[in-house]
Parts: sequence; structure tokens; C-alpha cells
Amino acid sequence: MSLSKEEIKHIAALARIGLKDKEIEKYQNELSVILGYFEKLEKLDTEKVDPIGHITGMHSILRDDKAEEREKDVKSGIIKNAPKEKDNYFKVKSVF
Amino acid sequence: MIRELHEKLINKEITSVQLTEEYFDKIEKEDKNILAFLTLTKELALEQAKKVDEKIKKEEEIDLLEGIPMAIKDAICVKGVRATGASKILDNYISPYDATVIKRLREKGAVMLGKTNLDEFAMGASTENSAYQNTKNPIDLERVPGGSSSGSAAAVAGDLAAWALGSDTGGSIRQPAAFCGLVGLKPTYGRVSRHGLMAMASSLEQIAPIAKTTEDVAIILSRIAGRDKMDATSVKSGGKNYEDFLNGDIKGKTIGVPKEYFGDDLDKEIKDIAFKALEKFKKLGAKIEGIEIPNTQYALPIYYIIVPSEVSSNMARFDGIRYGLSVDDKEKSKINTGGLLETYLDTREIGFGDEVKRRIMLGTYALSAGYYDAYYKKAQKVRNLLKEDFEKAFKKVDFIFSPTAPEVAFKFGEKVNDPLKMYLSDIYTVTANLTGVPAISFPIGTIKKGDKDLPIGGQLMSRWFDEEGLLNMAHTFEIN
Repeated sequence: MSLSKEEIKHIAALARIGLKDKEIEKYQNELSVILGYFEKLEKLDTEKVDPIGHITGMHSILRDDKAEEREKDVKSGIIKNAPKEKDNYFKVKSVF
Repeated sequence: MIRELHEKLINKEITSVQLTEEYFDKIEKEDKNILAFLTLTKELALEQAKKVDEKIKKEEEIDLLEGIPMAIKDAICVKGVRATGASKILDNYISPYDATVIKRLREKGAVMLGKTNLDEFAMGASTENSAYQNTKNPIDLERVPGGSSSGSAAAVAGDLAAWALGSDTGGSIRQPAAFCGLVGLKPTYGRVSRHGLMAMASSLEQIAPIAKTTEDVAIILSRIAGRDKMDATSVKSGGKNYEDFLNGDIKGKTIGVPKEYFGDDLDKEIKDIAFKALEKFKKLGAKIEGIEIPNTQYALPIYYIIVPSEVSSNMARFDGIRYGLSVDDKEKSKINTGGLLETYLDTREIGFGDEVKRRIMLGTYALSAGYYDAYYKKAQKVRNLLKEDFEKAFKKVDFIFSPTAPEVAFKFGEKVNDPLKMYLSDIYTVTANLTGVPAISFPIGTIKKGDKDLPIGGQLMSRWFDEEGLLNMAHTFEIN
């Protein structure tokens, strides 16, 4: 089974990764090889099996819907990492 | 090792500051050859060490870990310290918070020497996927230390730290432990909080201790385990001191040997060493029994669907907006869409290494419309079948044994061009992550290659949440 150039381009667009033409070819090969390895699973009958996520069986672990204040140096530490910031807001290119 | 250092500290044979400086001296001399560390935190370490020395002077009681220098995989966040995940996309990131395990270790007075190298975002099994440097195996500098917790293993094996923290998503602490002659434990999923660990595959990973002895690993686990409100998947722990369960008595315990793990493909030398280890367990009072894990053949395929899928989701946060690399360069841009999209495409193209991009691509494909059922959902179902295999097995036996890796530490470059070959090294380790059971790797022998004796690791898995049983088995093997 092989993936087309178009499929690779489509996946890359979904993944928000810009790919050069050389890379598209490389991923065509690499993904196809690995995917071939997975065709094994098709043969298994899992009709009556439930899918599982993680294994602890826990779910819906909630906390109170109350905002918790973080320390000042945590807040400033977060903003310090921002590539572009203004007045303690993250600055982003125009979305529209 | 930890207890010995602890005794030296409380008997005032050495101060924590002296001990810490000794480690930094050694790092200065030798880490240029081993390349275990990405960032050193000398000021922090000496500050921590000083506080411990003051306590000792005042004759205050100190914890077993207190004042003892350790190292931290650079995928785990330490407040105020650079955290790169060994990726260029976080080259300039300073963590604003402590991982929960780090918070707990600070409270216990551990001394933090620095952040260690890994395969980028924990994706890899050699060190060769790090965007910064290739860490060398201290036992043979031409060979890899294993991965992804490469630097943590090399630091401990090279005596550049007394112990270290790593993480384990598919063997990333156990395989380096095996390659470097150390003990590495992957706790049961949910045993240790993942808050502050850069997430790779959230339903499989655990923060994991690596050290010279099983007792050391037990001591560390006791102090990092337990429910954390910041990690909804963390489970309430009984507040156990795991080191108290190392009684050296394993009489009557049964060890299962899966026939699927000992096929004709397994290297004969390793098979012999594994069987010798089983003989030793027998002499120590354990019973050996053959078992079957019929769905073993599907472990790697489902691992390599589930992991990239979760990776593709977890890596989405690296978008050049809130932290890390942000490429804003209209000329060099490959895709001149302009605006926000261009930032995403360029930042992620340049910031991520090849293996990370490969897994994101694979995961995005597996989760995309039209494929989700065939790949991800199917893999989740087979994961359940594998879990059932283990439940059945643990009705017959207490532990499951195998070699940790099907090979000794390989030479640099031997596997890099063949991702499939690299993946096959994971065979014995990934099942523990898929099913959530705890697993430990401990030294069981060596194989001579040239003039070097390369370590071989044996692996035991136990029932969910039976870390004390697991640790006692490895400990008993070690001390006899």
C-alpha cells in the first residue's frame, strides 16, 4: 500500500507542517513502509471487543469550577516565553 | 548507593556541598566526552546543598534523598530552568513551573545538577534523534546509551549523577538502563504524576527513576509516587515506602516465560543469559512456568498507531504563539500563504526534527477522517485484547520475564537509516506501556564485544500496582 503525493500534502496541511518537495517524497516512502506493517491488524476479528483508552478505568475526574490564582512569578514566567507580547497579552498575527 | 551517600552525609564524612562540587568537577572533566547534559544548574544545586548542610549541622533529621545530587531528563520541567525536550522548537524556553515530581523532590531536599539529553520529545531509542548532541554510552563511547532517556542513563552510568529521572513511553527508561548496566523502572500507569512532563503519548507514559541499584529506585519511587490534582490520570497511592518491601525473600513466586518472547529470532547469546537468569531465580526459590501471550505479535503495530496518534495531538501546542521558536520570515518561507498559517507551517517545519515530523504525519493520517476507525479505533480494540492476555497470564503467574532488549547497545549510525529496525528494538518493552503494568529492567549479565563487556538487561513485569513485588524480585536477584 502506498500513499500518493497528494495524500502526503493533505496530511502535512492538516498537521500544519510546511514540507519541501524532497520531504514529500521521503514521507511517501517512510509512511508507506510503516503502514504496510500495520495491515496485520486488519486480519484480527475485533467485532465484539471494546476499545480502551488508558488502563486505570478512571474517568470524569473533576475539580470545582473555581479560578485559582497563580503566583506572580509564574504569570510573568509564562509571558516571558511569548515570542511576541504586548501589555501581558500574547500578540498574534491577524486571524482574518 | 543512595543509602551509602546518606550515611556519609549524616556521619559528617562529607558535606552535601562537597559532594555536589565533586559531581560538578567530574562533569566538567568528562561530560565533554559523554555529552549527557544539556543544561547545568550549578547555582541551584549549591543552594540546595547548602540548605541541607545547615540542617545536618543543626542535627536535624534528613530524608534519604536529601543532599544527594541527581539529574533530570530535559522533558521534565524545573521552574526557572531551560527545558528543551532536546528540540530546537524549545531552544529558548524557560519553564515557569515545576513538574509535580520536581516539587516533591525539592521538598525532600534532592540536589539538582542539571537537565539531561534525550531523543527529541522522547521519540527514539538511541539518543540519535536529539536536536542537540549524541550522548555516548560511558561503557563504550562508540555505542549508544539507548533512549529516549539517553542522558539520564549515561549520567548515572558515568558517575556524573547519583541517580536520575527519565520517562518511559515504550521502554525509554528500561532500554537505556539495560544498555548502561543500570536499574530502570516504569511504574504502573497512573502511579506517578505526569504534570510537568512534556507529553508525548499521554495514555502510555510515566516518569521513571533510573539508578545503580534496585533499592535506590525503590527509595526514589516512594518519594515521587502518588495522586496529584494536576494529573487527572494519577492514582491514589498507599503512601508506601517501597524500600521497606525489599526483604530478599521470593520463595514461591511464579515467573511466567512467554513463548512468544523467546522465538528463534532472539540472539542466542542473549537467550543463554536470560535462561541463566531464570535458573538463578529458581535457585532463589521462584517457580518458572511457560505462558502464552497470543496477541504479542500485534503489540508493535498497535503501539505505532496509538503513539503517533497521541503524538500528533500533543505536538499541536508547538505553534510559535505562546512559547518556543516562532518563525516569522517572509523571504525564507516555503509557503507564502502569509499570516498565521505561515507561522504555523514554517515554525513546525524548521523547529521539529525528522522523527517528530514522521510521527506527527503518521498520527495525523491515522486520526484523519476515513481512517480513524480502521487504524486508531482498531488499535484501541486490540489494545484491550492484549490487556486481556495479561489478565489471563497473571491468573497463573506473579511476574513475566524477558530480556529488556533483543541486543546489546549498538554502535552509532547502525540503525538511523532504517526506522523499521529502530522500531523492532521496542518489542519487549512496549507491552507494559500499552497495558499499563509496571516493568523493571535490571542487569543480568554481559556480552563481550572487542575489549568491552556490554551489559544485558532482564525485564520483569508484574500485575498492575504491584511495584513492591517487582522491586523485591529485582532486588533479591541483585543481592545474591
